[in-house]
Amino acid sequence: MIRQLSKYLTRHIDSFLMGCLFFTLLVGLFVLYSASAQSMDRIIAQLFNIVAAFAALWLASNIPPQQMERVALPLYAVGMLMLIGVALFGEVSHGARRWLHVGFMRIQPSELMRIAVPLLLAWYFSRREATPQLRDHAIGAILLAIPVLFIMKQPDLGTSLLIAASGFYVLFLAGLNWRLILGAVVLGGASTPILWSLMHDYQKKRIEILFDPYQDPLGSGYHTIQATIALGSGGIAGKGWLHGTQSQLDFLPERTTDFIFAVFGEEFGLLGNLLLLLLFSLIIGRGLYIALHAQSTFSRLLAGSITLTFFTYIFVNIGMVSGILPVVGVPLPLISYGGTSLVMLMLGFGILMSIHTHKTLVAS
Amino acid sequence: MAVVVICFGILASRFFYLQFKRYDYYQTLAESNRISLVPIVPNRGLILDRNGVILANNFFVYTLEITPSKLKDVEATINDLSRFVEISTADRKQFKKLRQQSHNFESVPIRTHLNEVEAAKFAVNRYRFPGVEIKSRLFRHYPQGKLGSHFLGYIGRMNDKDLDSLSDSGDLSNYKGSDHIGKSGLEQSYEKNLHGTTGFQQVEIDADGHAVRVLSSTAPIPGNNLVLAIDSKLQSIVEEAFGDHRGALVAINPKNGEVLAYVSMPTFDPNLFVDGIDTDSWKELNDSLDKPLINRPLRGLYPPGSTFKPFVAMAGLENGKREPPFSISDPGFYILPGSPHRYRDWKPTGHGMVDIQRAITISCDTFFYGLALDLGIDRLTSFVSHFGFGKKTGIDIDGEVSGLLPTPEWKYKRWKQRWFPGETIIVGIGQGYTLVTPLQLAQATVALANNGTAIQPRLVSSIQDNLTGISRPQPVVDVDKVELQQKNIDIVRAGMIGVMQPGGTAAAAGLNSTYAIAAKTGSAQVVGIKQNEKYNASAISERHRDHALFIAYAPADDPKIAIAVIVENGGHGGSVAAPIARRAMDYYLLGKVPDKAPVMEELKPADAAAPTEDIHD
Repeated sequence: MIRQLSKYLTRHIDSFLMGCLFFTLLVGLFVLYSASAQSMDRIIAQLFNIVAAFAALWLASNIPPQQMERVALPLYAVGMLMLIGVALFGEVSHGARRWLHVGFMRIQPSELMRIAVPLLLAWYFSRREATPQLRDHAIGAILLAIPVLFIMKQPDLGTSLLIAASGFYVLFLAGLNWRLILGAVVLGGASTPILWSLMHDYQKKRIEILFDPYQDPLGSGYHTIQATIALGSGGIAGKGWLHGTQSQLDFLPERTTDFIFAVFGEEFGLLGNLLLLLLFSLIIGRGLYIALHAQSTFSRLLAGSITLTFFTYIFVNIGMVSGILPVVGVPLPLISYGGTSLVMLMLGFGILMSIHTHKTLVAS
Repeated sequence: MAVVVICFGILASRFFYLQFKRYDYYQTLAESNRISLVPIVPNRGLILDRNGVILANNFFVYTLEITPSKLKDVEATINDLSRFVEISTADRKQFKKLRQQSHNFESVPIRTHLNEVEAAKFAVNRYRFPGVEIKSRLFRHYPQGKLGSHFLGYIGRMNDKDLDSLSDSGDLSNYKGSDHIGKSGLEQSYEKNLHGTTGFQQVEIDADGHAVRVLSSTAPIPGNNLVLAIDSKLQSIVEEAFGDHRGALVAINPKNGEVLAYVSMPTFDPNLFVDGIDTDSWKELNDSLDKPLINRPLRGLYPPGSTFKPFVAMAGLENGKREPPFSISDPGFYILPGSPHRYRDWKPTGHGMVDIQRAITISCDTFFYGLALDLGIDRLTSFVSHFGFGKKTGIDIDGEVSGLLPTPEWKYKRWKQRWFPGETIIVGIGQGYTLVTPLQLAQATVALANNGTAIQPRLVSSIQDNLTGISRPQPVVDVDKVELQQKNIDIVRAGMIGVMQPGGTAAAAGLNSTYAIAAKTGSAQVVGIKQNEKYNASAISERHRDHALFIAYAPADDPKIAIAVIVENGGHGGSVAAPIARRAMDYYLLGKVPDKAPVMEELKPADAAAPTEDIHD
């Protein structure tokens, strides 16, 4: 009986991926305990988030990819309607309009779009067999640009850039011409001076601070300065768990969420950082493996996009904490404290598992 | 795949750089020296009147402050503290809010304005409270109390909205450590000048979070001082003259637009707002029937009444209408051709033969009814708009309203109705839809005194750098200019000089003046009076009585001061408003200081009966 239940529960679970996720989440809990000044409340709250996230993963892993294909368009449509709703009657909080009140619930539609956009684009390109034409890429780009612009307007720069990335990966994997990408990069590079001259002084100042945090040591530069001090003083082996001076003495802002990597790096040092990167690499590697071995174009595009987006999160977050990328509000996946982003992330991994484990059904 | 490897390679090499190559550098920064950046709040600029009298300054106040990172249980400590020092629930709320906004190692005030007994009580018990200390913080103070609070405004604690707008303008980091910001008046509109630039210190902190030594520091740059055009003595003379009356007075130097007095009555004490106003005081101010919080010169809307007549007269003369010796024989009313309605003059028996100059002096309604109709609403409004009616004056504080100069287009847009000739007629005597602010009326008087040049009024005459002492005078801005013929200027001026002389509507207020005053009285109806009903001032309750208005400039041949006064429910302009203006002019031009008693309603002069304009319906 129990054996049957456990078999039913793990039917669509990829044990390698699951193991890696589990271990990373465990590391995350330890860092969170240290970063939250040893608050058990925080740990319990995060445990609840993790349980919810695993439920989402399990659910997603049990939905066959064919059914996902069917909901792609409706999900995107609903998401867009909600984004328009937010723009019209959204609730304003901390100067941004991101939430929508639906009855008793408060929904943040941009989180839904994180899954809906790659789903839709993967669906769109899977219906264009053979090599997609330039026209298809143009349509795909438009379908991507609409929600991205809406979210950018809210304003939520971090999320909109990551959704843009997830959509771009689908376009790229669907065979977007390299020369086209190169052309866009060159064009973008060439237009920077023009854009720069069109910007307001305060916008220019913000960008300058990204490159030189010491220009504004009390403002936005503060985060970067404190995070690099924390990381650098960690050394090779780190100061040891619960012994990071920068993090424990409260110099680091947002150290349970966006800047949690600084706490990790301070306490576990260079070795810890490299191990964490290795762990992330295993997850990414497994994701790409699943994408490569996917049976349909849809599955391949979707799995590729989910995996590469996960990678992007990691790169952008660690890049900003270690001071090589601008500070945008992006959490470190599986480590940062927070519910919604974790649930969406694990939903993505559930889709990966579904893609991997539903193959035989299609083949037979 | 290659991209993933390259990117992770970049991250790994960055770790290598930070944690291996530059480890020693960051190690010293972090481990042996735990460095914290502490903002140093700049001193806010002072606000001074034209003679250097201080209207707003800063002073040190003892505060009781808690450093949360040094305490195990903050709540328990606060409870313990409340046995020695009174801590209200409001204090606790404020503390909670401030604590969220600051770093854990920064101290946060739990009580401000400690008196000496409280400070001593805490000092004796200090050993019990590690992590709690007495500090002194700078607070804003308005030493003149209620004087001029409406233009001065006040500062208050920053709220989320302030933080949002600071973050939008990119100024947020300059407000680290500041907890107050200008909320109204000059404190708000000159916030950028007054605040200054925040400095900071790099402080070395030991394991317990105590500051050990200062490593480096960048000094704050204090805010600039505002030197106002306001003469605070003049301001106080006027405020005293008002007594219990409600109303407004604006006095402007017509040569350069400097605002010499800016009075809104009743007034309030801005010191109440600095640290968050308590509920009782707020209720009292906000619920008062006298509405002390309303900035009347800026936002009070009143029909100009007969003070509008000099401008209508000028419009007529410049358009070639009613040039002397043109006269009418006034029967005491005006009939619109083809209508049974009688537009009544305030003097039922009429004024006899009246030319345009005398029409101003005696405020003859009948004369202006006909003139307005003859000019037509379009010509009339387009001409007087050059004096600033219907437009914001552009004074240097925020929140100004633009008043209303009605046109047929406006009426159609607003009411979906066409314009009736009867409405043109009453615009001629400043009634109907026409609305002005006291500030607008003063600006228009300035333009009249200046022979047609309208100047933007300004409260600040110069901004003074606190470090170098260098003053930057604020520019004089001409906003409009209408070409007027000298003969027409002379006619209107003569009519207005007559107002203050025997036979004029404010003759009593003009008695024994050593300089010539050009003026005009007015009154504006608060409640409509039905046709055939009589206006009886004593029978109407005080708050339904007419508003008294008065404009003047003096000396008439070389104007140095232009004034507009409104006394709410003051009856007619000659009896209440004019004496207040006279006191202001006597002080400003002659240095005469009146006794403190407020202006009393004077008995009607024999030959100047109460001018009460009548409008139909």
